[in-house]
Amino acid sequence: MASSVKRSLGFSRREQYTNFAAWVVAVLGAVIGITLLVLSWTRSDRFEDARGAASDVTRPVAVAGAGGRSTSQSMFEEIGAYFRAGSKNRRLEKDLATARVRLAELQAVETENRRLKELLNLFEDEREPIVSARLIGSTSTSTRRFATMSAGTNQGVARGMPVRSERGLIGRVLETGRNTSRVLLVTDRQSTVPVRRAEDGLTAFAEGESDGTVRIRLVDLTINPLKPGDIFVTSGSGGFYLPNIPVAVVTELLSDGAVAQVLSNPAATEFVTVDPVFDPDAASEIE
Amino acid sequence: MAIAVRSKVKKRRGVGRIGYAPSPLMVYGLPWASIMLASLTPMLPIITSAPLVPPLALMMLIAWRQLRPGLLPVWAGLPLGFWDDLFSGQPLGSGILLFSLTMIALEAVERQLPWRGFLQEWLFASLIVVVYLVLGAVFANPGDFGALTILGPQILLSLLPFPFVNRIVGILDRLRLVRLSRIR
Repeated sequence: MASSVKRSLGFSRREQYTNFAAWVVAVLGAVIGITLLVLSWTRSDRFEDARGAASDVTRPVAVAGAGGRSTSQSMFEEIGAYFRAGSKNRRLEKDLATARVRLAELQAVETENRRLKELLNLFEDEREPIVSARLIGSTSTSTRRFATMSAGTNQGVARGMPVRSERGLIGRVLETGRNTSRVLLVTDRQSTVPVRRAEDGLTAFAEGESDGTVRIRLVDLTINPLKPGDIFVTSGSGGFYLPNIPVAVVTELLSDGAVAQVLSNPAATEFVTVDPVFDPDAASEIE
Repeated sequence: MAIAVRSKVKKRRGVGRIGYAPSPLMVYGLPWASIMLASLTPMLPIITSAPLVPPLALMMLIAWRQLRPGLLPVWAGLPLGFWDDLFSGQPLGSGILLFSLTMIALEAVERQLPWRGFLQEWLFASLIVVVYLVLGAVFANPGDFGALTILGPQILLSLLPFPFVNRIVGILDRLRLVRLSRIR
């Protein structure tokens, strides 16, 4: 198609000035962009208020949409379930039988555990979650992995609080608005969670890869003791996360650690709970 | 024959009504509104574990600029980029810079190559989108180039639907010029 923009502006001074001013503002836009970018790099929470206000305003629409997410995702699962009903039933009955045995064993262990703890004078760390909220969106176009949650400062949410679902750790609160907040998912490239192996307490760090997995980096670099299927839970060091929240399961070994799949996939999670910061003093030292 | 012609005229009555003119709000506002709406994709109930959704706001901006040169001013990247930054998850300033550069680049293309076909438009749009995604990943994770390795699927998903975005902008453009307000 031929251009419909005039090549020369003619003799109108007004038109010439308008055109020139438009270009000045356009170039200024690029300069402003660079300046703001540098300012954002130096402190990541610098424009928190603007972002918080923006997501507060769009919250009602997003919450309405989030209701449809779980129904549309479960619809396909329900249709699929019809085809697998028979084999599933058989398998479930077998599972139930083994689960009953395991339950009995666990009850025995639990009583023993309680008795031993009383001996040691340990107290149980039973904290009430601050609020339960909905994940209403995520930055699906950016390489940063943030999710938007439908609770903010009005509901008592503050920065640094861990967010989890019933399956495991989702991330922690990075920025708060009045009724929304931005959650840094554990899969983000700039998220590091101190973890330990569930069975023996081998310490490591879980670093996000931005593609749905985390990389497990061992603290002690010896022969790689990991194997596929190892489950990692939060260790509680660092002060943000309560200990023993499940994080990830190892899927692939690397020379200096492993690639692990996150246990609670944010895409399949609708409701999350926000916990208080585990140890505020230790956490503030890190920040 | 005459009947066929009349039915065609009847169908277009909404567009060509005599005594009515397009409303200025729609004529100048709809491009801005549609691009700003496209910036709200992070508010959609899609939660992905990797970047997958195409940068719709940028693609709409390119499509509007290519379909109706001169309708959006050269400086449109500044406010639209700022709006996009509020939701996209990128550090603030990334969108302002990249949207502004996009407008300047498209203006330069307009001057150098006044005659273009659709395939060429698609090619320019593809180039801009790839550069946008790569620079966006670098800006979001400064000093960490590993983020570039996960961009592949998103780049592919962004280049293919360009004709579709173009069509939507075409439909919006017709909607924009519907004669709504009565001439007095």
